Amino acid sequence: MVLSPDHTVPDPATRPGARNPLPVLSVANLSKSFGGAKALHNVSFDVMPGEVHGLLGKNGSGKSTLVKILAGFHAPDDGGTLTFNGERVSLPLKAGEGRRLGMAFVHQNLGLVPSLTVLENLRLVELTRNGKAFINWRAETAAAQQALKRFGLNIDPEERVDRLTPVQRALLAIVRAFEEIEAARAITGRPGLVLLDEPTPFLPASGVAQLFELVRSITRLGSSVIFISHDIDEVMEITDRITVLRDGEQSGELARADATHEKIVEMIVGQSISRGQGRKSGTNSFPVYARFEGLSDKMLQPSDLHVGKGEILGLTGLIGSGYEEVPYLAFGARSGASGRITIEDGPTFDQSTLTPAAAIERGFALLPGDRHGESGVDSLSIVDNMFLPDIGRFFRGGLMRNGAMVREARELGKAYEVRPNDPALKLSALSGGNAQKVLIARWMNRSPLLLLLDEPTQGVDVGTRQQIFAALRKAATEGMSIICASSEAEQLAEICDRVLVFARGRICDEITGERLTKEGISEACYVSAGPASQSNPTPRVA
Amino acid sequence: MTDIVKTADMTKTPTNYARQFERVALLLVWALTIALFTFLIPNNFLNWGNFSIMFASYAPAALLALAIIIPLTAGDYDLSVGATLTLSASTIGVLNVWQQMPIGWVLVIVLLMGLGIGLFHSLFIIYFRVPSLVVTLGSTSLMSGVVQLITNSSTIGGIDNSLIMAAVGYRLFGIPYAFYYALAAALVMWYIFDFMPLGRKLLFVGRGREVARLNGISVNKVRVGALCMSAVLASAAGILYAGVLGSADPYSGLNYLLPAFAAAFLGATTIQPGRFNPWGTIVAVYFLATGITGLSMLGIPLWVTNVFNGGALILAVTISQITRGREASDIG
Repeated sequence: MVLSPDHTVPDPATRPGARNPLPVLSVANLSKSFGGAKALHNVSFDVMPGEVHGLLGKNGSGKSTLVKILAGFHAPDDGGTLTFNGERVSLPLKAGEGRRLGMAFVHQNLGLVPSLTVLENLRLVELTRNGKAFINWRAETAAAQQALKRFGLNIDPEERVDRLTPVQRALLAIVRAFEEIEAARAITGRPGLVLLDEPTPFLPASGVAQLFELVRSITRLGSSVIFISHDIDEVMEITDRITVLRDGEQSGELARADATHEKIVEMIVGQSISRGQGRKSGTNSFPVYARFEGLSDKMLQPSDLHVGKGEILGLTGLIGSGYEEVPYLAFGARSGASGRITIEDGPTFDQSTLTPAAAIERGFALLPGDRHGESGVDSLSIVDNMFLPDIGRFFRGGLMRNGAMVREARELGKAYEVRPNDPALKLSALSGGNAQKVLIARWMNRSPLLLLLDEPTQGVDVGTRQQIFAALRKAATEGMSIICASSEAEQLAEICDRVLVFARGRICDEITGERLTKEGISEACYVSAGPASQSNPTPRVA
Repeated sequence: MTDIVKTADMTKTPTNYARQFERVALLLVWALTIALFTFLIPNNFLNWGNFSIMFASYAPAALLALAIIIPLTAGDYDLSVGATLTLSASTIGVLNVWQQMPIGWVLVIVLLMGLGIGLFHSLFIIYFRVPSLVVTLGSTSLMSGVVQLITNSSTIGGIDNSLIMAAVGYRLFGIPYAFYYALAAALVMWYIFDFMPLGRKLLFVGRGREVARLNGISVNKVRVGALCMSAVLASAAGILYAGVLGSADPYSGLNYLLPAFAAAFLGATTIQPGRFNPWGTIVAVYFLATGITGLSMLGIPLWVTNVFNGGALILAVTISQITRGREASDIG
């Protein structure tokens, strides 16, 4: 089935007329065990020239392990083989070997150096190549400009990477990878392979479209792309074939033509999950819990919003539209912000007086989107991460009750199905979804009055997503107010009672009732970002 | 759901014997070192008198190493502890011997001076956001200059006898009190690091500043506290140093800096590997002290002790890293 001639691989431009082209990458019987646990078991697939190959699977399905083997980070168990353009590659892959063969990776963290310029990042390999006596900066700049232009990116090569928007950063990383394999191709004359490891969660729809355009332009040249994502719709849109992993084994391979959303979900999860149809709560009204007036910062124009008691309020928009700022402002986590906040019937206070500590004191909780930088500490244990905001609670009789802490962490881990549930493990030992469960458990366990979420299910597999949604819904029915900022319309449609759509730093639409569907939300995002905003960029909301 | 249970069992972490061994490895190496020197120097090395002197004379170094690990845990370097020690000892000499000020007052002044140094560092590191490495490097040079100024670059002898008695005069189990002060400091720090919320706060501030802030920890207060504690503890080490020597030496204190850092990092490979921890630090200080004492008793020239200090540090941290495989280092 893998090599069946009738699947939808475009004829490679590199070998016109070849009936049975050599796969660019051929993986056969790859396995990997950690201790006694098999993380990957006999996985085999081929990636043909010019193909976009989707790789799907839950967190912990072995996907990351596979990527790490391809990147030379893990040595696979004996018996597996890796063939690149017909050349058998010795395993584990040596550093630099991938580059020589024409294989490049874009990981979710992008691998850019924030404090260096676009030029330095883009031409990293060229600039640091051995045996070069002199750097011709003019030529390097020209090369960088050319590369950026070729992919329609309007970025100044002298700009520092940390000053770019997230979208620009992602596109830059991908352009760099493409440039890399093109350089290898110039030498080997063979197609290359770019592996995109969840490049889209940070991107707005327009960014995704741009990204797909990049992907298509590289496959047109005959090179291949492995595309890893949790977004099934995206995968169905861009890929030619899909390999699905489940529990370290290959649960199937599909040509795009045969793939349906339900079928893929079933292969990923192993059971059908009915897709959420929205809560359709209609005209449910909630007593106001928190009211924010004139909330603003660099990204957000002064905006008024409120959240009801027991209400799940969604915030969305295209990236950069300011919606993602709201949870942080409501938590007092950003400096240089202003606005007024009223909680229930309490006195109105100034946003600038709110600090994270004061917010926690008031019963607010914030789950930031940046899991590694702002939410949890990878190098510390699960138990320490779980009880960070309430370590004081375990200080009794002049001693930290470390034993009690671990016991409670194990209970909590069990309730939130953290796997493996060993509180002494470092957070880094968990997959992304499980780490997120730990961090959500941290805040839910405190029963906050107002829960602020930023992309709570980013990089989280379908099954875990459902668990998180269920926990949020349950908490809301028990009276917790929730504000959830997310770029995923599907997720918002599934859990929210009401969604505010932002554009250019302003609230431009409020969606409730019938319109509260994935399509309705997406449409509102596009309409709001349309022509109206071009003509009149900075009107202020009263 | 049955397969989920199976997965959970499968992924249960097996006891990692290498890790368990790592906890006690340095203790074993220490024991082996003692055994080796006992074999080489059969009559004089392994006796209580020898060890009790070593325990006491390295107590200031131990205190200094303990001082360092506080800001290190919170993610800041304090390179100035050596200079703080010297300044503190010299100030005792100047005020107590030259100015005839009562020793009690002098000690209070010296400890307050330590607090002042900590606040001075905090001003630049936290308020002006200058990297701690730069600030404490600068203040090392600054304080060294001040020491030369106030002492005229001369050693001041004749420090109040009560301080000397309190440091090395009285003994418990044959070991001068100086050692127990260091032990007491380690005990208090152990309590703070492992059994008080403050310890977790220090750790989170060091490992993830933004995470700590968003979880309601006042990161700046914790960092100021850590810098002040390290300076005060370094001043206390200066007091102990003056007491052990009976005089104020304007130069030799700086020589303690690198061994103290070596001990801090070496200590992070033992007892609680991967974390700066007080007991590990104490073990590391006295392991290094044992090596140096033994080598000097063998009549080996002075340069060998430096080689021993540095070699032991690099070797221990390397071995610790090897047992971790490709996992990233937690410290440094």
